[in-house]
Amino acid sequence: MSRPASPRRSSFSRGVFIGTIVFLSLPLLVLVLYSFNESKSGGWTGFSVKWYVKLFTDSPQLWRAFGNSAVVALGSAAVATVIGTLGAVAVNWYRFRLRGYLRTLTFMPMILPEIIIGVSLLVFFSGVGLRLSLFTVFVAHVSFNLPFVFLLVLARLEEFDFSIVEAARDLGASDGQTLLRVILPISTPGIVSGFLTAVTLSLEDFVITFFVTGPGATTLPLYVYSAIRFGVSPVINALSVVMILGTVLLTWSTRNFLKYIAAK
Amino acid sequence: MNRPGDRAGGGALGSVREPGGLYAAPATLWLTVFFLAPLAIIVAYSFLTPGARGGVEWTPTLDAYRAIANPTFAKVTLNTILVAIGATAVTLVIALPCGYYMARSERQTLLLMLVMIPFWTNFLIRIYAWIAILGNEGFLNDLLRALGLVDESVRFLYNRGAVMLVLVYTYLPYAILPLYSTIDKFDFSLLEAARDLGASKLGAIVRVLLPNVKGGILTAFLFTFIPIFGAYAVPLLVGGTESYMLGNLIADELTKSRDWPLASAISLVITLVTTIGVLLLLRANGASTLGGPAGEASADGAAPEPAVGGAR
Repeated sequence: MSRPASPRRSSFSRGVFIGTIVFLSLPLLVLVLYSFNESKSGGWTGFSVKWYVKLFTDSPQLWRAFGNSAVVALGSAAVATVIGTLGAVAVNWYRFRLRGYLRTLTFMPMILPEIIIGVSLLVFFSGVGLRLSLFTVFVAHVSFNLPFVFLLVLARLEEFDFSIVEAARDLGASDGQTLLRVILPISTPGIVSGFLTAVTLSLEDFVITFFVTGPGATTLPLYVYSAIRFGVSPVINALSVVMILGTVLLTWSTRNFLKYIAAK
Repeated sequence: MNRPGDRAGGGALGSVREPGGLYAAPATLWLTVFFLAPLAIIVAYSFLTPGARGGVEWTPTLDAYRAIANPTFAKVTLNTILVAIGATAVTLVIALPCGYYMARSERQTLLLMLVMIPFWTNFLIRIYAWIAILGNEGFLNDLLRALGLVDESVRFLYNRGAVMLVLVYTYLPYAILPLYSTIDKFDFSLLEAARDLGASKLGAIVRVLLPNVKGGILTAFLFTFIPIFGAYAVPLLVGGTESYMLGNLIADELTKSRDWPLASAISLVITLVTTIGVLLLLRANGASTLGGPAGEASADGAAPEPAVGGAR
């Protein structure tokens, strides 16, 4: 009775956890199962990979949307990583005007619901007369990616002491050399995880993109959205499975890459 | 948070002004132009007159705010509040024991992966998975028909229940993760001490564990409540007309009714609720983590606990 509760004995929390995992994974398992179903809809009629064949060989619009997504994700992540990293270096190690302002500004987009950012950007773009296109999608993605890169790099920099920068300066390094030879190398894990987080968030985003996209600028989530509106589609089942595998693979390799860097 | 003067060797910082301003300029400029300015425009628009085909006319008015108060919109606001509170409550009640179990387990990495894989899956795919299960031609209806339990498809989707279910599904990991990481830092010997002194298991958890992980609970609350309060895609895809939420109303006013001031005013209400929530969180967290007065007080408070626990 009075023995400390061990994990095996805490049967209530264990039951809830197992139930939760089933709840979380079951829908995804159903998608996997149905992606191999031969019939287009209704019950199980037999195993088939024809939806995967259709996905890879006969879905030009889907791949165009994927191309748009890839361009926006890599482009916005690259810009957000450069700007966000510099911002984090400034906030962590230097004193300048508007330091508190920048900290608040990088915090706010992360807490506001996505729809607010989407709506305000749409109103803004129309106000300044910028036509909605893949470019406006790119601008929006940089805005919501930047704070994440900033925070991840900042978290990495906070592990280091300012004396690193001081030592570089004492040894005669210029500001540029200090940045390129000292600060950036030690921030690499933060920069890499910031960049990959930005790519993932960008590929993932539906709500903000929905508001700021224009004709011809369909991204993959927008394509999935329009497909869902027409009901269940086996090609989308197959696409889901590919995307789940892709994310798991990407995350797994990121972790290993970061471990590799940390071990160096 | 991290004042330069606080860190070791920080005294030297005073001399290092350059090139901080230069490094900070692009981020400051970008977020000012593409985040803050759009928000400011929304504030301004909410006090203006709607233009004929979207946009605004520069005649100041409070019409948008009057419109929010009318019964149609009040109904949507009420529905949004009910769904947000309900879904958040269900999420937290499930997430707490999950976080507890994960923190006490010896295979944390594995359990973390099990929670994270659904979390990493694309947001729309997760919604779509539920349409594939609950739809009229979905998995569940197939199953029910195959078992001969029903003849015609049961309509599971397009109601408030479906919206709540999918919202809970979507945001559960957002609640589990902060709870897990907070409970993981908790000193479980305190629970044992409470039990040795006679507290019941539940009593020890409610009186000793929960007060000590208050910060995690608040974080989990906001991580779920804020996005649910501003939900758009979930009610759009699995909801019906009666489960409309404020997010859908904004989109409709923006793209269909073309009343931009009203869309702006509703956006501001959501922004305000969010900001107040976060400020409350920061205050509460500041009180319980800075110097730990709240945490220590409740840990000390464990001593008189047994009397209460034993009396029950």
